[in-house]
Amino acid sequence: MTSLGTRPLLDAVSDPAVGLLAVDEAPNPWFDPSYVTDNWDSILTYTGEHVRLTVLAVVIGAAVALPLALLARRSRYLSAPVLGLSTVVYTIPSLALFALLVPFTGLSSNTVLIGLVAYSLVILVRNFLAGLQGVPADVREAARGMGLSAAQTFWRVDLPLALPAFMAGLRIATVSTVALTTVGVLVGHGGLGQLITGGFAANFYRAEIVTGAVGCVLLALLADVLLAGAERALTPWARAVRA
Amino acid sequence: MNDVSRAITYLNDPFNWTRPNGITDLALEHVGISAVAVLAAMVVALPVGVALGTARRGAGMVVVLSNVSRAVPTLALLTLFAVSPIGFGNRATTIALAVFAIPPILTNTFVGFRGVDAEVREAARGMGMSRAQVLGRVELPLALPLVATGIRTAAVQVVATAGLAALVGGGGLGRLINLGFGQQDYGVMIAGAILVAGLALLTELLLATLSWAVTPGPRRLPFLQVRTTPRAGSVPEPTASGVPL
Repeated sequence: MTSLGTRPLLDAVSDPAVGLLAVDEAPNPWFDPSYVTDNWDSILTYTGEHVRLTVLAVVIGAAVALPLALLARRSRYLSAPVLGLSTVVYTIPSLALFALLVPFTGLSSNTVLIGLVAYSLVILVRNFLAGLQGVPADVREAARGMGLSAAQTFWRVDLPLALPAFMAGLRIATVSTVALTTVGVLVGHGGLGQLITGGFAANFYRAEIVTGAVGCVLLALLADVLLAGAERALTPWARAVRA
Repeated sequence: MNDVSRAITYLNDPFNWTRPNGITDLALEHVGISAVAVLAAMVVALPVGVALGTARRGAGMVVVLSNVSRAVPTLALLTLFAVSPIGFGNRATTIALAVFAIPPILTNTFVGFRGVDAEVREAARGMGMSRAQVLGRVELPLALPLVATGIRTAAVQVVATAGLAALVGGGGLGRLINLGFGQQDYGVMIAGAILVAGLALLTELLLATLSWAVTPGPRRLPFLQVRTTPRAGSVPEPTASGVPL
């Protein structure tokens, strides 16, 4: 299966001298438009996988992070371990996390997805909690005094006020997830990361590596711009105040 | 669970630690590469951060740098340096890691020095301190917690990322993971993962303790510190928890 995608890598690595020679001899441009056009299909496939993994990871992460953040706001005793645990998770290297998951989840994209969700969760819980804690207590009290139920308070008071912090968290999580997905090459599901290590394995073919790297950065920027646009659309009052 | 027990067996075999290219060698290589990279990043980032922070200029540039660095996959950086004229091996890895460690140190140093109260600086000047004295005796102690956090973040990231170097032919503990994966020997792979993760956690613990020890003021262990709640709608400062790994 795709696991074999990383095999040539090891061969190339075991004999660096050969690889270096190849770099010197053959013309090896940093960027080659014909590479992009010739391999458009596979680039699209990898990009699709990259996008799918990123979107799924952030969406699942957000779905889990929101209840956690709500719980953590309820009591100080919960918020300390939630934040502490998130620090610990963040310290674990992605390569190690994926490697630890492989024996249980195999060489599927689920391995990558679980790891990515864990990391996005860490960022999202922190930002969601910061956003919720930033809602002034007297405003919430006023909402209660006006007879709003807990659910109504959340939807009509907490959520709009915490939205900027939520969106900031989503943006950070999305951008770093795009970058992190590349590490999935370990199990052959790294999206554009496949191009990066693929080019490395194919006699250090620079055009492929650069295409993968630039693709990742463009994808991250695009996601960031989209989320910034969404934030603008969702918070019309922020613009009204400024104007 | 079989793989896990095999990993434990692997880790308990003294031969695996002591032989050439065994765990000890790889760990030393890992720590060596990381240390050089972090020191190089500090040499570049600290002066720039202090200069920009005391001048209170360049906030936009720092934010952009810290944001863009989050979007660049470290795997790409490692690979690109390896295929550049620098060539392949530990030198390329070290340079890539150093580049990658600059944004968190720069950002936190900048934010730390910029955050020093202007009135405090003015008072220090008024008491007859020279610029250098203000910098060393007033601004540095006040900015130190953030600066230390930046260095710690960078160091942990570098240790974690150095594991990726093995994917592109570099050395370090990541090689065990790669080796285990190549041979479909998940025991070795888990052992490598445990070692890399352990080293990263150890770095975090060590540096957290160190920064706690050198930070003046009320001594509270990091995990006991009171967290101040942010203002409503405030966007988190660009103190980059940074690009993960």
